[in-house]
Amino acid sequence: MAQVNTVKLKASNKQAGRKIGGTIAIFAFLTLLGLFMLFPIYLILIMSVKPVEELFIFPPKLYAMRPTLDNFSDMFEVLNSNRVPFSRYVFNSVAVTVSVTVLQCIFASMAAFVLAKCKFPGSKLINSIIVVALLYQSNVIYIMQYIVMAKLGLIDNPLALILPSIASPMGLFLMRQSISQVPDAMIEAAKVDGAGLFRICWQIVMPNQKPALMTIIIFAFQAAWRIEAGSVVFQEQYKTLPTVVNQAASAGLARAGVAAAAAVFMLIPPIVVFMLAQRQVIETMAHSGIKD
Amino acid sequence: MAQIAAEDIGKRTKREERAMLWRSFKANKSCYLMLAPFMIFFIVFTVIPVVMSLPMGFTDFNMAQAPKFVGLSNYTTLFLSDKIFVKSIRVTIVFALFTGPVSYILCFLLAWLINELHPKLKTIFTLIFYAPSLANVYTAWTLIFSGDMNGYANSFLINLGLINSPVQWLTDGRYILGVTIVVQLWISLGAGFLALRAGFQNIDRSMYEAGAIEGIRTRWQELIYIVIPSMGPQLMFAAVMQIVSSFTAGTVAQNLVGFPSTDYKAHTIMTHAYDYGWVRYEMGYASAICMVLFVVMYLLNKLISKVLSKYMD
Repeated sequence: MAQVNTVKLKASNKQAGRKIGGTIAIFAFLTLLGLFMLFPIYLILIMSVKPVEELFIFPPKLYAMRPTLDNFSDMFEVLNSNRVPFSRYVFNSVAVTVSVTVLQCIFASMAAFVLAKCKFPGSKLINSIIVVALLYQSNVIYIMQYIVMAKLGLIDNPLALILPSIASPMGLFLMRQSISQVPDAMIEAAKVDGAGLFRICWQIVMPNQKPALMTIIIFAFQAAWRIEAGSVVFQEQYKTLPTVVNQAASAGLARAGVAAAAAVFMLIPPIVVFMLAQRQVIETMAHSGIKD
Repeated sequence: MAQIAAEDIGKRTKREERAMLWRSFKANKSCYLMLAPFMIFFIVFTVIPVVMSLPMGFTDFNMAQAPKFVGLSNYTTLFLSDKIFVKSIRVTIVFALFTGPVSYILCFLLAWLINELHPKLKTIFTLIFYAPSLANVYTAWTLIFSGDMNGYANSFLINLGLINSPVQWLTDGRYILGVTIVVQLWISLGAGFLALRAGFQNIDRSMYEAGAIEGIRTRWQELIYIVIPSMGPQLMFAAVMQIVSSFTAGTVAQNLVGFPSTDYKAHTIMTHAYDYGWVRYEMGYASAICMVLFVVMYLLNKLISKVLSKYMD
């Protein structure tokens, strides 16, 4: 009898059937697949440090023989156009990204708090609309958005790059799922103390929502960082970084080094932001589920 | 007499109800105020565009003149005489059937396998698999699939002696759909992947322990009996994300294989809408195309939530 109990105890200390061999196999598989996933990114990195004469060698090498940072310094000169300096594109992208991210966080937090914790006429309806709206983001509604923006006179106005991205259903949804985990008692206590909803939201609820906030920062940052001027803004001085990077890449092999350098330059900020916040993202996404 | 009184009572309660509704509107004023900034932008840039595409689809509208009502003619043209649209439906279905389920399974599988590793390794692998969705697709894949000998795919195959002359990966009708599918799969480990990663992380350890006592012996059994049943909501969220990305993938193809692609081989419904909306400025027709896409996505979403409903608590 005691024997059986120890066996059971041993089993309960572990997850089922963990063998070291299996774990090694998983590691090997993930490493292989990971290499495949990283390969294109590795190629951009290599391309960005290749000197011009190495671009035309056949077969193309998987490494640079004489790595150089010339492409990065050239980037600032080559990617200028119509007297608009490269730094201007960088500035535009940063300005768009920061405004979208900040406004999205503030607006989504307040709305999420109200939707998660207050019952009022219409709250049910809005909650279910948000879940459906997860389907209709970005690309699908670009064309219809364009008509709306034209009616509002936003075409060729830099605001056209910012305004449509502010209200993200995904940001609101993730924040709402996270805030609904906050115990109601905490909010009731604050109400008894006479705090208004606005104060409860920013002084009691939000200070504990750092993981969720980091998550929407990441997604907002990522989406905003790749906003292209596309067909809403035509003036050169309002175009953003992705627009010029794609233009350079389509100019062919002669510009390939510089385009790759610009692509690397563009990849760094979102990777850094993601690395800094990964743990918090996972914590938030644990509540991301859709329940009907 | 008695009847009239009864009617009066009914009326009074209705009026009272309206008054109560109004009172609760007023009582919740601060709720509406806090909701307002988000809702204004949400309504203007998401709700109106989606809802507007229904009436707009019944009109002929070129942005310059006022919309002209044309009844169902956009839809009849679309399904009965627009050969390219019918082709684009086929491309979209092939594309969505490949990328949707495959990337969904890939997200799930990778999230599961990563979860089996040491915490440090979890962090590294999550970053590795998530990184592609951060990268500039266009620059990376033109290097590989470039049509001259300097493309990595071509030079590799020439070196192996499998081909003699460079393959035009991005313009040859035989390859472009395949190329766009590969690229779409490469970037598909996004928000859905992170949600599933978190779902695994979040399962209570005592569930596994209970499972071990109940006689679960392999990782596989654990997956079927413990993990999947407790991850319904995350599975649903990831499914929504995959529907969105596999149906709106037109833009990936557009950048990479050009627009329009050779023989419309990578011409999705999205690309078709783009063509009529932004190239020809036939907004009424483009709205009809978008409406079709909205309805299909909505129905698919409903279908998947039916399938997953037994895992919802």
